[in-house]
Amino acid sequence: METFIGKPVKRREDARFLKGAGRYTDDIKLPKMTQAAFVRSPYAHAKILDVNIEDAQRGDGVVAVFTAQDGCGTFGVPCGWQVDFKNGETMREPQHPLLAKEKIKHVGEAVAIVIAETLEQARDAAELVKVDYEGLPAVTDPGKAMEPGAPLVHDQWSDNAAFDWCIGNDRTEVEAALASAHHVTEMEYRNQRLAPNAIEPRSYIADYDVNAGKWTLYTSTQNPHLIRLLLCAFVLGIPEHKVRVVSYDVGGGFGSKIYHYTEEALLTWASKEVGRPIKWTSDRSEAFLTDAHGRDHVVKSRMGFDKEGKIVAHLTDEYCAMGAYLSTFAPAVPTYLHGTLFQGVYTTPLIHLNVIAPFTHTVAVDAYRGAGRPEATYLLERMISKAAKEMDMDPAEIRFRNFIPPFDGVEQAGYQTQVALQYDSGNYEAVLKRGLEMLGYEDFRKSQIAARKNGKLLGVGISTYIEGCGIAPSAVVGSLGARAGLYEVGAVRVQPTGKVSVFTGSHSHGQGHETVFAQFVADKLGIAMDDVEIEHGDTDQVAFGMGTYGSRSLSVGGSAIIKSVEKILEKGAKIAAHKLEAAEEDLEYAEGKWTVKGTDKSISFGDVSLTAYVPHDYPEGLEPGLDFSSFYDPTNFTYPFGAHIAVVEVDSDTGRVVLKRFVACDDVGNVMNPMIVDGQIQGGVVQGIGQALLEEVIYDESGQMTSGSYMDYAMPRADDVPMIETDRTVTPCPHNPLGVKGAGEAGAIGSTPAVVNAVVDALSHLGVTDIQMPLSPQRVWKAMNNGR
Amino acid sequence: MIPAKFDYIKVSSIGEAVTLLDKHGFDSKILSGGHSLIPAMKLRLSRPELLIDISGISGMDGISEEGDKIVVGANCTHQKIASSKLVKEHLNILAQTAGCIGDVQVRNRGTLGGSLAHADPASDYPATVLACDAQIIAEGKNGSRTIAATDFFQSIFTTALADDEIITSVRFPKVANGNYQKFFQSASRFAVVGVAVVKEGDAVKVGITGVSDTPYRASAVESAYDGGSSAAAKAVHGVEVMSDHFADAEYRSHLAKVYVKRALEA
Repeated sequence: METFIGKPVKRREDARFLKGAGRYTDDIKLPKMTQAAFVRSPYAHAKILDVNIEDAQRGDGVVAVFTAQDGCGTFGVPCGWQVDFKNGETMREPQHPLLAKEKIKHVGEAVAIVIAETLEQARDAAELVKVDYEGLPAVTDPGKAMEPGAPLVHDQWSDNAAFDWCIGNDRTEVEAALASAHHVTEMEYRNQRLAPNAIEPRSYIADYDVNAGKWTLYTSTQNPHLIRLLLCAFVLGIPEHKVRVVSYDVGGGFGSKIYHYTEEALLTWASKEVGRPIKWTSDRSEAFLTDAHGRDHVVKSRMGFDKEGKIVAHLTDEYCAMGAYLSTFAPAVPTYLHGTLFQGVYTTPLIHLNVIAPFTHTVAVDAYRGAGRPEATYLLERMISKAAKEMDMDPAEIRFRNFIPPFDGVEQAGYQTQVALQYDSGNYEAVLKRGLEMLGYEDFRKSQIAARKNGKLLGVGISTYIEGCGIAPSAVVGSLGARAGLYEVGAVRVQPTGKVSVFTGSHSHGQGHETVFAQFVADKLGIAMDDVEIEHGDTDQVAFGMGTYGSRSLSVGGSAIIKSVEKILEKGAKIAAHKLEAAEEDLEYAEGKWTVKGTDKSISFGDVSLTAYVPHDYPEGLEPGLDFSSFYDPTNFTYPFGAHIAVVEVDSDTGRVVLKRFVACDDVGNVMNPMIVDGQIQGGVVQGIGQALLEEVIYDESGQMTSGSYMDYAMPRADDVPMIETDRTVTPCPHNPLGVKGAGEAGAIGSTPAVVNAVVDALSHLGVTDIQMPLSPQRVWKAMNNGR
Repeated sequence: MIPAKFDYIKVSSIGEAVTLLDKHGFDSKILSGGHSLIPAMKLRLSRPELLIDISGISGMDGISEEGDKIVVGANCTHQKIASSKLVKEHLNILAQTAGCIGDVQVRNRGTLGGSLAHADPASDYPATVLACDAQIIAEGKNGSRTIAATDFFQSIFTTALADDEIITSVRFPKVANGNYQKFFQSASRFAVVGVAVVKEGDAVKVGITGVSDTPYRASAVESAYDGGSSAAAKAVHGVEVMSDHFADAEYRSHLAKVYVKRALEA
């Protein structure tokens, strides 16, 4: 019988995607649907003196115009995570209004919504809204936001800090260890701000059914239930059971579609006001200005080493931008998703991180593919490579000297870090050894020497990362300030004919759940993949789920489904035993049938299913039906890891970096579908390369975004990257049933420092020790020529 | 990304287009490939009341050999130019220039005439038409006239075309020894620096785009040319060099010298 786990099964969902037949929100057209356009501020910081909507109200086809003076003016979207000051002061949490009322706090903030019969009419009428602003000075850099006298984003507080937080060992102890260290490596840099750039812009349709008294919100989200909860209970105060949130196909999220955005709530409110469905789809310019961004840390770090190159202490101070308002998960990203990974894959005995998170006159910063872990990995991997150079050691050797020894989490206990986490299982030496072997590291170093003699600037960069994903035990995240649980739900409904519908609270926005989940359900039930259908993205169909982010779908969502599969088989065995007139313990289940051990007496899964729904001859006291729902709350995060190695050549005349090779050896635990894992790794790696070489959101001094289009924001293209060479080691996760760890973010976490390390390596003989990302040709050329 | 309201007329002759252009003046715009105009309209940075679509005029998208000249119709797409046998054989520098504009989709829509008339200071063609000493043929209400490439580009987005004139074709001398070298901007793939070099005997003609707000002939390079590439040092002589976040004036000046050198040595 054909099995599917571990095989590169082609993605079922691709048939509709490749034919342009996906069901994206903007594809949906409802009867009597209206279209919305927003009036957005061109100022980063301004007083709103007057908003005049009279001309707009008279515009062709205009249905309604709303401002903060209307009923929606009292609502605000909440933050989902509370991180308090280390001195005990509560996190500063400003209201995030649906429409700006008195003050503008970032370019692109909405002042009014115009609803019209057609999109053209909505846009035309939006231009007729006259807003009188009084411009004010702005601050967009997280470091400058904390300087004395910086313009205040929220003037109810004395400075711009949302919180000032720390993690790890006692600061004075770490300082002392640094003071007595054999060598101290230092870096100051900015982990630049990035725009997520999902190919499908955000899109919403709110539809209030006046007869039923119910709302339907179609939304391009990564977590429909969370949106429903926030929208109902925390924003509009409407009953949750009267709201259906639907999110069919979503064209990428990378984190940016986790959050509850003001437009979702405003459309939902307005659809009741106008009594008609309202659609709004962001255009690309709006996406740059209003989708939550990623990264934006200003970093100052010191790492101490002993004579052998072992890390003895690590101390870092960071300013991490929050933006104008606190987005749903924003406070967690530079803290619990970042500081907790400062152990990396190393035995560092003393670690201290302090994070000041300032408000800035910019759009919010929140989780973006990797969310805090890429920033942690970039820091650790740049620092250790810089230290190796300063101490005249090989960058691979210094890592081997610092690795945490292998542990499987079963025979050997998990590894307790200095920064709150316990790693599940890991073998960091093995993954780097394999990576070096794939590259041919020794030979490369020889060819590098020869190339340099010929004037070629060739470099290699290594990065060995760990990340925490499969997020995570609800009790743990609750104690860290999360205002939601982080379990998942999975229901398995066996139909009378033995066909299986699976309902998952995970949400696919490109990951391939419809394929992977069907693979393991089919295997566990011993049936064909075609007999399994995966449903997601509709709160009326699926029980309360938590959605997809933090590489959690398979490890958390998959485990919930497995629990339901086990319940199905347990009940099925009772029915089978009755039909076979045997004891349950004498049965075995394989290849889709229960067999009485040692005999040829058997009953198929399909026959048992039919019996469950036509229970004429049926075990006494057993309920009919074969339909189970389960919640799974993991006991720990999962900890994938890997080694990424980049080879670059730098054009000595222009500074342009050409990636010659990229090797990614990752350990994501057990693998359900190697083709999909390869795809996730490759996509992530390219996104990481984008940060290293190309991408940067730039706000100028006045708070204007000068990189708000693809003319100015450089996305990686196919010809910017070489073929990504992938391989894996397998260290199963010891605490979930599939032994899986997650692969969605790994590529973006490991790759960025590998590329930057490679460029610095290529230029090290010219005195270059660091270059600010993105490593644009201009920056690289200037670094080469200033010899810094 | 919805443009403001506009009218649209697809004309079938150049005369019809000129009449409309003359009548509507600044309120109208000629639409050819639309690859610069349409995005500007969608952002409402440009809001013409009338678009005069000239893409249907017959005979404006040909490429022909006329004695020692190659005549390229203004409506020729970049892709057509890049893949034309005639151009590759007698004017390879133009095929090379057209072939590095944008990507395949862009090259299948954008046209030679549209690009030249738009006069984006980072577009590729200006360097090559300057270095080739091409002639731009324009038609207006007073008939047809020929504009020398060196007279054509006047400043940023500004050309010698009168308000009622439309480019109909470009006449290039055949070029045996020329090449175009481009350093592209990472996001847009426009030229940060584009250098076209045409060698004729001991002399050289050098056209440069992307560096200044107006593309120019690098006359200082041309007069210092000694058969080698040392004259490249004069690439930005007497020129005000542009600056943006991809390339400030210092770096752009450096790139201009590097690319003139590369083009001279190619």
